[in-house]
Amino acid sequence: MLFYSFFKTQVGQQVTVELKNDLAIQGTLESVDQFLNFKLKDITVVDEERYPHMMSVKNCFIRGSVVRYVQLSPPTVDTALLQDAARREAQSTQQQQQQHQQQVSKSTTAASS
Amino acid sequence: MSFTPQFFTTAESLVDSLDKKLLVVLRDGRKIIGVLRSYDQFANLVLQDSLERIYVGDAYGDIERGVFIIRGENVVLLGEIDVDIEDSLPLRQLPVEDILQMQREEAEAKARKDKLRFNLLHKQGFSVDFADNDLY
Repeated sequence: MLFYSFFKTQVGQQVTVELKNDLAIQGTLESVDQFLNFKLKDITVVDEERYPHMMSVKNCFIRGSVVRYVQLSPPTVDTALLQDAARREAQSTQQQQQQHQQQVSKSTTAASS
Repeated sequence: MSFTPQFFTTAESLVDSLDKKLLVVLRDGRKIIGVLRSYDQFANLVLQDSLERIYVGDAYGDIERGVFIIRGENVVLLGEIDVDIEDSLPLRQLPVEDILQMQREEAEAKARKDKLRFNLLHKQGFSVDFADNDLY
């Protein structure tokens, strides 16, 4: 959820999405979803000649599973905020795991008795 | 950690692309152009009146494919085709047989180049992996 929330703050910014096949697409981030699929509008393809099929495409939907990098512009990213969010997320997952373990041990003792 | 269906949590959907002419790039390198009729949370797609467009150099050729159901895991990207730009493309359309012939020649040339590369690297003691499952 952390990166989904982060990318939601980036909506409207210029980003460059680099795919696993080295195709790099620059555009305005229109939306993102929980699978980190991206929708970009007004795209330009870096190294256009290698990808003639992209010439008539202005907006695209990119499946999250094929993304290698998302290049952002540094002034739009608050790294301190990201660090805090990551720490909070780590703490909450630790707590969740502890609670889950307690539940499991409770149910196994209940089952055996 | 429970799995929540996409239509509850996501702000994004392909509903805006429904009934539009789309270009779909697949993981095996194919480009399919068709009208999006349906989709789901896995990006499985149903395309109607679709054609497979093969690009070689500055030319392309189309193969009629009809209705396509594409499994989401094979999808790389969907692009909305801007009809104005499409009409004024600098590419020329050729009949399918010619394009397929050109594609075969291009594939052979690439295979020869790769073989050379493999041999050179192999002599130096490198191993080259052929795990090119994703040909896009």
